[in-house]
Amino acid sequence: MTRLRTAALVGNPNAGKSALFNALTGARQKIANYPGVTVERVSGRMTLPSGEPVELIDLPGSYSLDAASPDEEVTRQVVLGEFPGEAQPETLVVVVDAANLEQHLVFAQEMIALGRPTVVALNMVDLAERDGLAIDPDALSDALGVPVVPTVAVRKRGLDALADAMDAAPGQDISTRHDVGHLTLPERRLAARNMVKGAILSESGERRLHTHLDKILLHPWLGPITLFALLFVMFQAVFAWADPLIGAIEGVAELASGFVTAAMPESFLRDLITEGVIAGVGSVVVFLPQIIILFAFILVMEQSGYMARAAFIMDRLMAYVGLSGRSFIPLLSSFACAIPGIMATRSIADPKDRLTTILIAPLMTCSARLPVYTVIIGAVIPATSVGPGIGLQGLVLFGLYLAGIVGAMAVALVLRRTATKGAASGFIMELPKYQLPPLRDLAIGLWQRAWVFLRRAGTIIFAATVILWLLLTFPKADPGESQLDASAAGHIASFMQPAFEPIGFQREMTLALVPAMAAREVAVASLATTYAVEAEGEAETEQALRGQIAARWSLPTALAFLAWFIFAPQCLSTIAVARRETNGWKWPAVMVIYLFALAYIFAGLTYWSAVALGL
Amino acid sequence: MEQHPDHSRTTLDSLAPLTRAEILSVDWDSLAPDEGKRLRALGLDEGARVAIAHRGVFFGRDPIAILIGRTTIALRRTHARAMTVRTI
Repeated sequence: MTRLRTAALVGNPNAGKSALFNALTGARQKIANYPGVTVERVSGRMTLPSGEPVELIDLPGSYSLDAASPDEEVTRQVVLGEFPGEAQPETLVVVVDAANLEQHLVFAQEMIALGRPTVVALNMVDLAERDGLAIDPDALSDALGVPVVPTVAVRKRGLDALADAMDAAPGQDISTRHDVGHLTLPERRLAARNMVKGAILSESGERRLHTHLDKILLHPWLGPITLFALLFVMFQAVFAWADPLIGAIEGVAELASGFVTAAMPESFLRDLITEGVIAGVGSVVVFLPQIIILFAFILVMEQSGYMARAAFIMDRLMAYVGLSGRSFIPLLSSFACAIPGIMATRSIADPKDRLTTILIAPLMTCSARLPVYTVIIGAVIPATSVGPGIGLQGLVLFGLYLAGIVGAMAVALVLRRTATKGAASGFIMELPKYQLPPLRDLAIGLWQRAWVFLRRAGTIIFAATVILWLLLTFPKADPGESQLDASAAGHIASFMQPAFEPIGFQREMTLALVPAMAAREVAVASLATTYAVEAEGEAETEQALRGQIAARWSLPTALAFLAWFIFAPQCLSTIAVARRETNGWKWPAVMVIYLFALAYIFAGLTYWSAVALGL
Repeated sequence: MEQHPDHSRTTLDSLAPLTRAEILSVDWDSLAPDEGKRLRALGLDEGARVAIAHRGVFFGRDPIAILIGRTTIALRRTHARAMTVRTI
C-alpha cells in the first residue's frame, strides 16, 4: 500500500484554520486522538489538481514552537517529525490572518525556517478589506521566500490557487528563503513589522466592526447582562423550540411500533423489538432536537468569536473560586457533553487550574441529562406560565442547570484550597474578530455532534436497553405475581433498594441507575422499558412514560431523582476521558467518589425537605 | 517641554482607557514563566504600542482588554502591573 502524501495546516489560533480545513476537505473528516495525549487529531482528504490525493491534518493553533500548552506541544512535535507514530508532514500550509499579519507572521517565519515545502494562505482577506486594509500577496511572497495565496475560506475563494501551490510545493527551491532560522523573537517581530509595512497597499483608519460590538458586549454592565440573557434564551429554546420536532420523532416511533405489532405474530422477538428496542432507543433518540439546539448555540458562540468575550466577562466570577475565564469555555461546552469539555481543558496552561476544571466539568448539566430532566419535569411540574414567555417547566430546568453551576463553583472553591492548592491562576487570552459563522462550518459541526449521539443510541444505549429488557422479562412471573418482582432485574433492584429507600427512590428508579452508568439517558430508556414490560403493552412513548411517572411518583420522589442526576457521575465515558487526561486513576477516583457522595446527600436533602414541606 | 518625562510613565494597569502608550519595560520575573511566554508570543513586549480598550465587569477592575496592533488581548491587572509604559 502506498502511503498518502501528508500536508499540515498550521497557524496562530484565530487564523481561520479550521474554516480553511473544512473548505478544503468538506464534511469527510476523521477525528481521532493522538496516542497518549488527548489532543484531537483532525484529518481529511483532498485531491490536488495533479490528481494526487493528500491527507490534510489540521494541527492545533500555536503562537510559537516554544510550546506553552499541551496543544502547542503536539503541533511542535508533529511539524518537527518528533511525534511518535506520526509521519512528518511533507508540506506545510501556514494560515495567517490578513488583518493580523504583524502577529501571525512571527509564527509563520518560524515555520518557514524549518526548511520544509511551505505555502502561506493569506486568509480572511475579505475581512481585512472590510477593515480598510489591502495587502499585496506578491510583496509578502518576496519577503518570505515562499508562495503566498490570498484565500477566503468561508467563501471558498482562493482554494484552487492554494491547491496549485501545494501541488508545486515539493519542488520549492529552499535557497531563496532568507535565513530566518536563528532569529530571536524580537528580531522576528521586527522582521514581521517590516514585511507588513512593505506589503500594505492601503490602510484606512476605519472603525472596525468589533470595536463597536465590544463596546456593548464587554461593557462592565451591559456585557454580563447580555451574556446571562443569551444563556437564558438558550435554555428556554432547548425546551420550547424542540417540542414540535420531538412530537414528530415520537410519531415515527409509534408508527414503527404499530407496524411491527401488526406485521409480526405475537412472539418473543416482537416484544423485544417493541418493548426493548423501540421503547428504549426511541425514548433517547427523541432528544436529538434538543441536543442539536444546544450545540447550535454553543457552536455559534464559538465560531462568531463571542465565546472569548464570554470568557472575559466570566473571568472575574471564576477568579473568586480560584479559576480563570479560560475555564469557562470547557465548562460551557460541558453543558453539551463533558467529554469534549474535558478535552477542551488542554488549552488551560496551568496544571492545577486544568485539573480543577476537569474535576468540576461533570457538574455542568450535559445533554445526556436532558432526557432525564425533561421526562420528569414534564411529568410532575405543571406547564403553567409564570411570566411573559417564561414557563414554569423551563424555569425548573434553568434551576437545575443553576444548581449544577453553583455546585461546581463550590467544589472548585474547596478543591483550590485543598487538593489542587496553588498560586492563583492568570488569564491571558486573545479576543478574536467577530464574524458571521459560516453555515457550512456550523452544519458540519452539528452533523458531527448529532452523529456521535446517534451512534451512542445505536450502540451503548441499544445494548444497555436490550440487556435490561432481557433481565426484566426473565424469569417469567407466575400468575398473580408482578413481572418486575419475578425478573432478574427486580432482584437486583431489591438488593440495592435498602440503600436508596431512605432518599425516596422507588425500586424501578434504583433499577434505572444501574444501566444508566453506561450513559445517563439510559435511565429514561430503562424506565420506559420497565413500565412497558410491566404494562405488557405497546411501546411506551415519552408521553405515556410521563403519564406513568405522574401517576406513580410522588413530588418529593421525583425531585430527589432530579437532584441525584445533578451530581451523579453516571457516564463511564467521562470517567475514562478523565483518566486519560490526568494520566491515572487517582483523580477520576476522587471525582467519582465526591460526585456520588454529593448526589446521595443532595437527593436525600431534597426528599426529606420536600416531605417536611408537605409537597 | 511642558511635562516632566516621568509624568507620562506609569504601569499599564493604571493607564487611562484608550490612551495610547508604549511598553518601556516588563518585569518578567514577577510573572509565571508560561504566562511570560504567552504574553511575549502575543506581542506584549518592550517596544509594543498598546491601549486599554475595556476594563472590568460590574464594579471590578479586572480583567483588562488591551489593544495591540489589530488584536485585542484579555489579561489580568497583575500582568498589566508588571509592564511600565510611557504615554505617546
